[in-house]
Amino acid sequence: MSESASRQALLPGHYPTIVKSREHLGKPPNLLDYEAARAAFRWDWARGLLDGLPGGRGLNIAYEAVDRHAKGPRAERHALRWIGRSGAQRILTYRDLQAETNKFANALLSLGLGEGDAVFVLAGRIPELYIAVLGALKAKCVASPLFSAFGPEPLATRLKLGEGRLLVTTEALYRRKVASIRPQLPKLAHVVLVSEGQQGAQAAGDVPDTLEWHQLMAAQSPDFEIPPTAPEDRALLHFTSGTTGRPKGAIHVHEAVVTHHITGYYALDLHDDDIFWCTADPGWVTGTSYGIIAPLTNGVTNVVVEAEFDAATWYGVLQRERVSVWYTAPTAIRMMMKLGLEALRNFDLSSLRFLASVGEPLNPEAVIWGQQAFGQPFHDNWWQTETGGIMIANYASMDVKPGSMGRPLPGIEAAIVQRNADGSVVEIQEPLVEGELALKAGWPSMMRGYLHEEERYRKSFAGPWYLTGDLAMRDADGYYWFVGRADDVIKSSGHLIGPFEVESALMEHPAVAEAGVIGKPDPVAGEIVKAFVSLNPGFTPSEALRRELLGHARKRLGAVVAPKEIDFSPALPRTRSGKIMRRLLKARELGLPEGDLSTLESNAE
Amino acid sequence: MNETEARLLVLDVLSGIAPEADVTKLAGTEDLREALDLDSMDFLNFVTALHERTKLDIPEADYPKLATLDGAIAYLRR
Repeated sequence: MSESASRQALLPGHYPTIVKSREHLGKPPNLLDYEAARAAFRWDWARGLLDGLPGGRGLNIAYEAVDRHAKGPRAERHALRWIGRSGAQRILTYRDLQAETNKFANALLSLGLGEGDAVFVLAGRIPELYIAVLGALKAKCVASPLFSAFGPEPLATRLKLGEGRLLVTTEALYRRKVASIRPQLPKLAHVVLVSEGQQGAQAAGDVPDTLEWHQLMAAQSPDFEIPPTAPEDRALLHFTSGTTGRPKGAIHVHEAVVTHHITGYYALDLHDDDIFWCTADPGWVTGTSYGIIAPLTNGVTNVVVEAEFDAATWYGVLQRERVSVWYTAPTAIRMMMKLGLEALRNFDLSSLRFLASVGEPLNPEAVIWGQQAFGQPFHDNWWQTETGGIMIANYASMDVKPGSMGRPLPGIEAAIVQRNADGSVVEIQEPLVEGELALKAGWPSMMRGYLHEEERYRKSFAGPWYLTGDLAMRDADGYYWFVGRADDVIKSSGHLIGPFEVESALMEHPAVAEAGVIGKPDPVAGEIVKAFVSLNPGFTPSEALRRELLGHARKRLGAVVAPKEIDFSPALPRTRSGKIMRRLLKARELGLPEGDLSTLESNAE
Repeated sequence: MNETEARLLVLDVLSGIAPEADVTKLAGTEDLREALDLDSMDFLNFVTALHERTKLDIPEADYPKLATLDGAIAYLRR
């Protein structure tokens, strides 16, 4: 299918609108009337849904997520319901979570850490990850969860850029990925290893230059008073990928919790008695904003599943835990579709009442499949690392146009803009005209900067607008439709991958002269990472060399970032200024017209 | 297909997907995704490659049976 044909398929009218009727909704949605809620919305009202630190000492994410519930009627409610890979369960009530996060906050202070110090977490979805992030926020450290499937190189880049002072990880991950890069990280003063069981604790206690989690925590008091926290104090650091250069560290502040909370309430429709499951890993922003913070600030039970996607396991979790609100991703939904309705037959999923999806545009077929499989459509929504929370969404009460990302949250003003040559932008008012998606700056969870990159941060704005880098259009009813990325960033299984990071790792191999990396469309992952490499003199293309390069990239980058396909190419097309033309590589890969080649220095053919 | 043929086939496919790993050291009952750092796309490619090489139909419902080396070998020998 050509690009224009696939674009056509996303246009309104190609799939019938899914009309919501009041009777069908069951529980009244928090956002009952979109237009009315939007007209009445004020951010200080949303701020008023939170408690603030006692005595007017400010606003702290962890207080809103944990402490305020632990001292009220929700104290004995399950805050985290963790399901381990082997099926083991661990439950933390809000009261338990308060004690554990207090202990970790005390541990950080005992190690001399405090305001502004970066605490990184590198682990699978284990309870200690959640405790560490929330405990760090209490101690006013900056919390940064890293994806455990990253290889040593992406980890080193991020730990260096973020000036990590303490890292919580597991013994296995430490040995495999961190020990080798530790000498490059002089600022990393402490590494805390989480081990399993008594024997594990002893073994981990033997790893040089590390602390053992259980030993560290055992010595701490379960009481902690969160220090005064200004809403603008730094809280979270999330890394995202750009087209060129190193990853960007987006800084978020404690005030972001206002957005986390209200979007959980409106876009995910969280009600007091909900059992919520967000399948994202906290190593990505969704897994932090909606896998940790929003469900807890809303006081619901947050289900955490350690295992990676497996349809039978997931359906089992939905049934057994009586999950009512489920936030997942297109890749997983498409894998479930492949499995078919048959696989669902023996499960009772009647507790599910709201389905949402994020990470990349959800194709209309998948939206509709939700109705066949679960009795209701998947509700796609849109946001990115920089926005900190959901910005555009399909709501429980609002008709769904399959393929559309929905309409902006109350309090969020979105627009389609055209960039002018002088850097200014002009709004496009006409419906269904493609342009860049922009958001009026100033919502609480907007990033406050890219770490150490003031210039890159400033370039993300034009006048009052934050420019998202996503191309989109708006229809006459105000629904937004994703068109594509404005840059070369790759979106694979909902994760942004910077081609430059992959190219750099490939170039480190002695055989590689140059590398160009693109996102190749894939029916399941959206895109997969594909690399084109040209070889240095003395090397010839072979299957053995292809495997060697693939192994090299996987070792350095980890499975999620490394290419899935590598092609040899005699020379890569470059612009006159020497930049590899990824767009042209992509056009060739897809058999599309190559467009204007006049800026090319050398054509590979 | 005898056991040795099945093992060689599975190991060859795996080392095409995760060439950095020493697949000969893989224990029969280890979770392949964990042991070889396979993401969900890698696992899907693993199953697809087994299908292409053996012409065996592998319905999605059977994927969990391929989660370990022993499991994959037994599956190919059915």
